[in-house]
Order: sequence, then structure tokens, then C-alpha cells
Amino acid sequence: MINQIVFLYFAAVIVLSAVLTITRRNPVHSVLFMLLLFFHIAGVFVLLNAEFLAAVQLIVYAGAILILYLFVVMLLNVDRESKSDRANRFWPWIVAFGLVIFAEIGLLVARGSFPLEGGQIMNKTGIKELGIDLYTKYLVPFEIASVILLVGLVGAVMLAKKKND
Amino acid sequence: MPDMQIILPYVFSLGIPAVLLVSFIMLNAMYLQLMERKVLAWMQNRVGPMRTGPWGLLQPVADAVKFIFKEDIIPAKADKWVFSAAPLILLVMAFGGFVAIPFGSSVQVFGKTIPLWVSDLNVGILYILSMASVGTYGVIMAGWASNNKYSLMGGFRSAAQMISYEIPMAFAVLTVVLMAGSLNLSDIVNAQSKQWFIYALPVGPVAFVLYLISGIAETNRVPFDLPEAESELVAGYFTEYSGIRFGLFFMAEYMNMLIVSLLVSIMFLGGWLPVQLFPDWLGSVGLVTGINRLLAMIPGVIWLLLKLYGFMFFYIWLRATLPRYRYDQLMAVSWKFLLPVSLGTLLVTAFMKQAGWL
Repeated sequence: MINQIVFLYFAAVIVLSAVLTITRRNPVHSVLFMLLLFFHIAGVFVLLNAEFLAAVQLIVYAGAILILYLFVVMLLNVDRESKSDRANRFWPWIVAFGLVIFAEIGLLVARGSFPLEGGQIMNKTGIKELGIDLYTKYLVPFEIASVILLVGLVGAVMLAKKKND
Repeated sequence: MPDMQIILPYVFSLGIPAVLLVSFIMLNAMYLQLMERKVLAWMQNRVGPMRTGPWGLLQPVADAVKFIFKEDIIPAKADKWVFSAAPLILLVMAFGGFVAIPFGSSVQVFGKTIPLWVSDLNVGILYILSMASVGTYGVIMAGWASNNKYSLMGGFRSAAQMISYEIPMAFAVLTVVLMAGSLNLSDIVNAQSKQWFIYALPVGPVAFVLYLISGIAETNRVPFDLPEAESELVAGYFTEYSGIRFGLFFMAEYMNMLIVSLLVSIMFLGGWLPVQLFPDWLGSVGLVTGINRLLAMIPGVIWLLLKLYGFMFFYIWLRATLPRYRYDQLMAVSWKFLLPVSLGTLLVTAFMKQAGWL
């Protein structure tokens, strides 16, 4: 009962802050609403007994990625950003895609069960089991993900490198 | 009354520890300020605050009253919401970190078991790291929202510094986690019952120094106080803050120092375990064993607090001793020195753990 109320609170704030993230004109405000969003997603993870995921969600997304966003966004000229157009000429396409995704989400929600009753996100909560799973059962996807990250890293270095010709 | 039967255990397991924790934090946030001023004064051949109360003991109260009654100015061009939210984020994150810190194993008072922690999280250490990393937002938001060049520069410096030093810090923590085999802070302390991790040669002392340096950098203290370098940036990110909001920044700074000192004591110096003059496992000599027994009779909380205030003193000592780094030096220390060393430490620890030497 109390879990459901807490879940509904988290869900409501997640939806609300997600909407505010894309509708705010000031990009810094958008990033801060996204921070709120990440926090509440971490809260949902805790509700699902995935404490490790919640902590990692905060450390990686809120503590590392979003701070870099904020770093870039703070350098923008807020006045100009606030007066710029909200959409470009592709907006009908974007709306169409959005509707398709929305319909998909609707379908999934209608078919699924309430998340708190649908079982835990992992039936093993300890990081030991998680680590063993990652390095045995899911070794290939895990390694592929790290290679993708490495590619991103190399790409960034290549872009930043001075061209001496 | 069946209701009381349900509520009462929570009072003992949650209510009393929470109240104790909050009063501990508030008392420290006030009196560490006095301790800093006094110690700095002695080191510089002065006496420090003497006028308010006997021996200046009421100085924190006077400061608090002054903070509360000063006019709270929000600059006209500032972003009001972000400006007022920034100190709160910093403070809430600092408070949040304390929740997972255990101050000792549980104690028996009048036949009731009272734990000395509010929440013994399984991922305790990660949780504290995550709170610290989110706390950075407070600093950046304050710098940006003030709409002031110096504040913005301070915010930027702080963001860059905190991101850079979080990495060696996380690796030093991971080294400890590898040694203890758990993310739970109580388990980490219990794993040190034979030998403190600072003595775990060769990686223990290295990880300790790494964590201490990055911890000082994370809290923006001398010699890493670039975000608030007064000779270059007025007061850095909180230049525009006044009144109680300024006070909140101050409190958050002391609370973050407390968390770092507590974590160093817990992770490397055996937390609430007593000092052993001559470790028991090296063999027992009559007199030494006796002294060890005597030292072990002192309650664990007192040992933890002794270690904690030792590190707080160290912080202040650094402030009185060291000059500030130049900005490029600051970055170079983190990326070119601390990060490679911490990676190496982690590798060696993993190898030693597998070989069974730790």
C-alpha cells in the first residue's frame, strides 16, 4: 500500500519533470529538471529493490553525464536560446514518430502488470551475483558495450586532436 | 494498544538514531567553525575569538544569529529559482550522505538495542559517493544563477575539479571495497578487525593517500580551493550570497569535510575499532596485551570520533600551511598523477586478492 503511494509519487514526478525538461526555454532549467527526473528514477529502482542500480544511476547519469551537459549548456547564451524557434520544419515528422512511440508505450502499459507486482527488476540484488552474471551469462553484450564506449572515447580524442598537415 | 507495539521498535531502530544524527551534524556544523578559527589562530600566534562567551564558546551562536538576521539579497539579474535552490541542494546532499554512515555497532541502553546508524545500506559507500557527486550541482547552480563573472568562473572551476577528483576517489574506494569484499560500511569496518586497511601493504597506504587527497579536493579546501580563490575570484561561486543562504554554504562545506573525514576513518583506520599498540596476531606479550585490553574498553564511538577530529585538525593544519595550487597544476595532479596511480593500485589489489595475499 505505502509502496504504491510512493511509486505513484515517483511516477508522477518523473512524467512531470520529463515534460518540463523538453518544454522549458532556458536550457539550464531543462538540465535541472532532468536531474530531478534522474533522482526519481533512482527512487523507483530503490522501490524495486535494485539499490545498486539506483546508486549507479545517480553516480553515472546525474554525477557524470548530466554535469557535462550542464557544463556545455551554461556556456550558451540563454537570452538567444530563449527567443529561438521552438521547432524546425521537420516538426510534423517528429510528431508522427512521437505518436507511434506513445502508442507503443500505451500498448505495453495496457498489457503489462503494475510494476511493483510484476516482480523485482533483478531477483538477485547483491552486486556479487550481478558481477558474476555480467562476466559469465552476459559476457558478450557486456564486452560489446565497453567496446562501444571505447569507440566513443577514441572518436572524441580524434575530434579534439589538432590537425598537423 | 497494538499500534504502540508496531511503532515502538521503529522509535528505537530509526527515531532515536535519526535525532542523534541530526543533533550531531548541527552541533558539528556550528562548532567546527570555532575549532577552525581557534586552531588557525594558534598556528598564527593569535588567540582567536575570545569575546563572545567564555573562551569564545558562544561565537558559533553569535554567527548563527547574525546569519539569520542579515538581509537576504537576491541580485536583480539572478535566476531566482536556481539561486535559492542551489544552497539547499548542497545541504540536502550533505545531510543525505550522513544517513548511511555507521558510528559503531549497536549499543544497549536500558535493555533496548539502539543502532548507531540510521540506515545500514548494502550499497552504503556507493550511496555516499552518489550524494557527493550530486552535491556538485549546488555549486554549479550557485555559480551560474548569480549572473556574475566571478561566480560563474568559480562554478566552472568547481565542476571541472569535482569531476576530475571523483575518479581517483572512486578508484581508491573500489580498492577498499575489493579488500573488504563488501560495499556495506559496517562490513568494511568488521573486515579490518585483524588489520586496518592502511596497514595492508603495499596498496593500503597508497589508497589512503589517494583518497585523502581527492577528498580534500572534493570539499574545495586548501590547497585545492580554486573555486573560491579570493585573490582571483572574490569569493567564487557564493560571491553574491548573503545572510542565511551564505550560512548554508558554510554549513554544507563543514558537513562535507565531516563526511570525508568519517569515510577515511571508516575505510582505512578501522572506524570504531580500538587502536592496538602491538597487533594481537603478531603474538601476545603480557604487558602489550594488557594495554590492548584496556584500550579496547573505551567505547567504539569515541575511537571513531577521535579519528574523525584528528582528520578535521589535519584539514585545518593544511589550511594554515599550504599555498594554493595553480589551476593547470590542479588538473595535472588529478589526471596525470592520481588517476594512473589509482588504476595501478586497483590492479595490484585485484591481483593480490586473487592470489590470497590480502
